[in-house]
Amino acid sequence: MPMMNLAAVFAAIAQASWNRTKLFMVRDTVVLPALGFLGILLLWWGVALLRRDLMPTPWEALLSNLDFILHPFYQRGPGDLGVGWLLLASLRRVLIGFGLGAIVAIPIGFLVGMSRPMMLALNPVIQIFKPVSPLAWLPIALAIFNLADPSAIFVIFVTSLWPTIINTALGVSSVSQDYIDVARVLEMPKWRQVIKIILPASLPYIFTGLRISLGIAWLVIVAVEMLTGGIGIGFFVWDEWSRLNLSSVFLAVFIIGITGLLLDFAMGQLQAWVTHRRPVNS
Amino acid sequence: MVKSSLQTNGIHGDRSTPTEFLVIENLTKSYRNPDGSEFVVLDNISLTVQENEFVSLIGHSGCGKSTLLKMVAGLERPTSGLLTLEGKAIRKPGAERMMVFQHYSLLPWLTVRENIRLAVDEVLDRASHAEKSQIVNEHLAMVNLTAAANKYPDEISGGMKQRVGIARALAIRPKMLLMDEPFGALDALTRGKLQREVLNIWEANRQAVMMVTHDVDEALYMSDRIVMLTNGPHAQIGEILEVPFPHPRDRATLREDPLYYELRNHVLNFLDQHFGD
Repeated sequence: MPMMNLAAVFAAIAQASWNRTKLFMVRDTVVLPALGFLGILLLWWGVALLRRDLMPTPWEALLSNLDFILHPFYQRGPGDLGVGWLLLASLRRVLIGFGLGAIVAIPIGFLVGMSRPMMLALNPVIQIFKPVSPLAWLPIALAIFNLADPSAIFVIFVTSLWPTIINTALGVSSVSQDYIDVARVLEMPKWRQVIKIILPASLPYIFTGLRISLGIAWLVIVAVEMLTGGIGIGFFVWDEWSRLNLSSVFLAVFIIGITGLLLDFAMGQLQAWVTHRRPVNS
Repeated sequence: MVKSSLQTNGIHGDRSTPTEFLVIENLTKSYRNPDGSEFVVLDNISLTVQENEFVSLIGHSGCGKSTLLKMVAGLERPTSGLLTLEGKAIRKPGAERMMVFQHYSLLPWLTVRENIRLAVDEVLDRASHAEKSQIVNEHLAMVNLTAAANKYPDEISGGMKQRVGIARALAIRPKMLLMDEPFGALDALTRGKLQREVLNIWEANRQAVMMVTHDVDEALYMSDRIVMLTNGPHAQIGEILEVPFPHPRDRATLREDPLYYELRNHVLNFLDQHFGD
């Protein structure tokens, strides 16, 4: 009987401690993040109540945005499209520009990482162009293309170049000499070393560069669209502000934020899928 | 290019005699210091290794024994002197002189099987797909890794990683096996077990082996000759010790042999004598 009691006590302790862990998990994944958002909403609400003329309260903003939220893909004539369409237009520009950027930046990163003369030739160029706001390229792009859409894509392309080049070069140049020695002992030709050893070894770095590039590209597209106009979430922000419709701007801020988060998450998933596994530190 | 690791005595005797397999002649390796002076690591090393001989290089850390092995591998170039394998000068790395690396050097994005397969694909490029698979499977079985074949290097222990390194080296059928402190990063129990396994494989299939070590017992247990290097800089071969115990060797029997302790003390005395000079 005492054994039974002991077992029951242990079971109760185990149950209690499991309940405690579950409680902590709920707290860490649901309660605390929700509290953060609640704080921001309360701050917004407070400011809006103190200065009624300044901005709508969250509740008013939600009500006036209901049409946008419930019908994201409406088409009510040329130029009058739901935010879903605007978002897709912006995403299209970002993905085309980012994709072209990656296609150019990854090989350049390999050249810079593998060849010292290339590094010496290209590093100053990269260091000078990297701190330039991508928006400064917009007038040049407009002069070249004479059209808003290709110019926006070009700016995103330029934006995507630098972090990807720098991180790829870093990854390529820091491939462990041990791996290279294995390839050399196996008499692997240089081009096959690039494909079978250097590329897989530097994939984590390449993806870091791509994630940074995509993040900045998503930041930049909003500003670019404000300047170029046309269809897109960035122009939506500017357009609604011109109509003094601040509620929709708040909506756009949330949409842009959530989309950026999803883009980064998708990039992370792509990395896990391509590299098959989490990056290891050995 | 592909040649069986089994004995092939007497087939190649063009320039050197058949037993002189690897020849190292007056080998010197030096680096240039930043101030322009010369830093001599290895000074005038001469050594021959026979084609079915297990040779150990022993010496204090920094004496250049790994550098010597890397020059035989072709990963580093000698400053002066001559290195030949079967009469042909060694100028670059080659799969005929396969390395087993101290820190395993497995590619972390490939599974155990894929790591071995990569080497087989690269070197035995004329073999058919089925032959290659069979070679990989044979060598996985040889080092008892069949069950772990689809694991990634970070999912297996150090001893298992080095088994992969050994299987990868043997799978491409090198003429000579170079091992750079192959058991140095393993715990004592795993080390003893793996020494036994490697010796078993070697005793069944003798070939030229050069192993760098700083473990006197390991050198005595495994090798036919122990090459003792003096301390660097200007490291030279201080002495070469013949280990007369016949193969196959048994550790327990060796431990009962007074000669074993005599040789052991001899090597230890050599190392003590050259400590810090």
